[in-house]
Amino acid sequence: MAAGFKTVEPLEYYRRFLKENCRPDGRELGEFRTTTVNIGSISTADGSALVKLGNTTVICGVKAEFAAPSTDAPDKGYVVPNVDLPPLCSSRFRSGPPGEEAQVASQFIADVIENSQIIQKEDLCISPGKLVWVLYCDLICLDYDGNILDACTFALLAALKNVQLPEVTINEETALAEVNLKKKSYLNIRTHPVATSFAVFDDTLLIVDPTGEEEHLATGTLTIVMDEEGKLCCLHKPGGSGLTGAKLQDCMSRAVTRHKEVKKLMDEVIKSMKPK
Amino acid sequence: MEEETHTDAKIRAENGTGSSPRGPGCSLRHFACEQNLLSRPDGSASFLQGDTSVLAGVYGPAEVKVSKEIFNKATLEVILRPKIGLPGVAEKSRERLIRNTCEAVVLGTLHPRTSITVVLQVVSDAGSLLACCLNAACMALVDAGVPMRALFCGVACALDSDGTLVLDPTSKQEKEARAVLTFALDSVERKLLMSSTKGLYSDTERRYSKS
Repeated sequence: MAAGFKTVEPLEYYRRFLKENCRPDGRELGEFRTTTVNIGSISTADGSALVKLGNTTVICGVKAEFAAPSTDAPDKGYVVPNVDLPPLCSSRFRSGPPGEEAQVASQFIADVIENSQIIQKEDLCISPGKLVWVLYCDLICLDYDGNILDACTFALLAALKNVQLPEVTINEETALAEVNLKKKSYLNIRTHPVATSFAVFDDTLLIVDPTGEEEHLATGTLTIVMDEEGKLCCLHKPGGSGLTGAKLQDCMSRAVTRHKEVKKLMDEVIKSMKPK
Repeated sequence: MEEETHTDAKIRAENGTGSSPRGPGCSLRHFACEQNLLSRPDGSASFLQGDTSVLAGVYGPAEVKVSKEIFNKATLEVILRPKIGLPGVAEKSRERLIRNTCEAVVLGTLHPRTSITVVLQVVSDAGSLLACCLNAACMALVDAGVPMRALFCGVACALDSDGTLVLDPTSKQEKEARAVLTFALDSVERKLLMSSTKGLYSDTERRYSKS
């Protein structure tokens, strides 16, 4: 009976739940789904992380390669993110060149890296003007159930914390790079940006961490990326219903609490990994 | 509707080159808008903000491909072409922002199973590009006669290192700024429709800039 109603009138079905201040999966309006993170699962990558937000699963693999720096920034390395939404994760996506959703997500992650200064690009320099590191971060979604941006940001952060770069010296005589695989060091992660996504319903109600169906029914979305000092790296609101200042304030405070939760989770995982 | 409407607005008349220093506060560059300048699209507008200029054309409501049609609403499409080169991922991201903003104000339910296409061409870029694109899109939609429940406007502001806010920054001011924030506000309820930010800033600065 409920399943029939849900198919015919999904919005009404949702409204019934929202009136009671809860959601069909039993969560409160401000509650996140269970977040799990697994670090270092891909042995062929220099750093990797798998993040699950409820059903949404994103895996991030980071590969480090050499590159020549550009002439106008001879001591800066590169961080190149790429988000891939394959047909595996949802029936909405077809195989072929990246669709709009994947491109928007890639641009979003690139903006987060750029704005939050998570890695100082100068740290990736090996020899100014000659050799720098380029970190290719590939984020692949394995299961799309809404809130892809939060999962991608978290996966990227966890993977970057897991990256170990070998020591590189330039041989004076041959001018070739010599890689010492035995001596590896972690990246210097300066800030920890954490994304919190909200969906707006009927121009008034805000829910946190929307699932795939909720995103489809929502009239607008909002993503806030915050770092630990409460500074905003990104306020991404791609259109949709208008929001008043007071509502935005509520979102900010929720983002701050979420940041603390995520940071705690990440620290636990990193601590459990360190003695290797 | 055949005559050209030429609207010129000057707020604290200033030269729009950006080389003259503007004090902190609410001074905008000279901005202008011209409608109905293209003959083929149903509506067109050219929006000028200082030296930044964007040309917009709107086709619609028109026929839509069966794969893209929505049974109860109009399908909105935005195409943004940069001044040089082929459109890339950054353009796709901006198209998504502009499209979602337009979808929030356009009364799509009055024209179900049709498509409304907004084509934006960047003519020159001297800062505040996204805001200029939003304004051009809005004026072009008005010129095309697409039913909307409100008008929206795009505003860009730059925060420099000591926290001073500059509205409508030039490319030089954007480069030197710590953060650049672009907002779209609707005309009826003054609510925030779209927000896109670049750089680090604190929450208090955001609230100040929104007011």
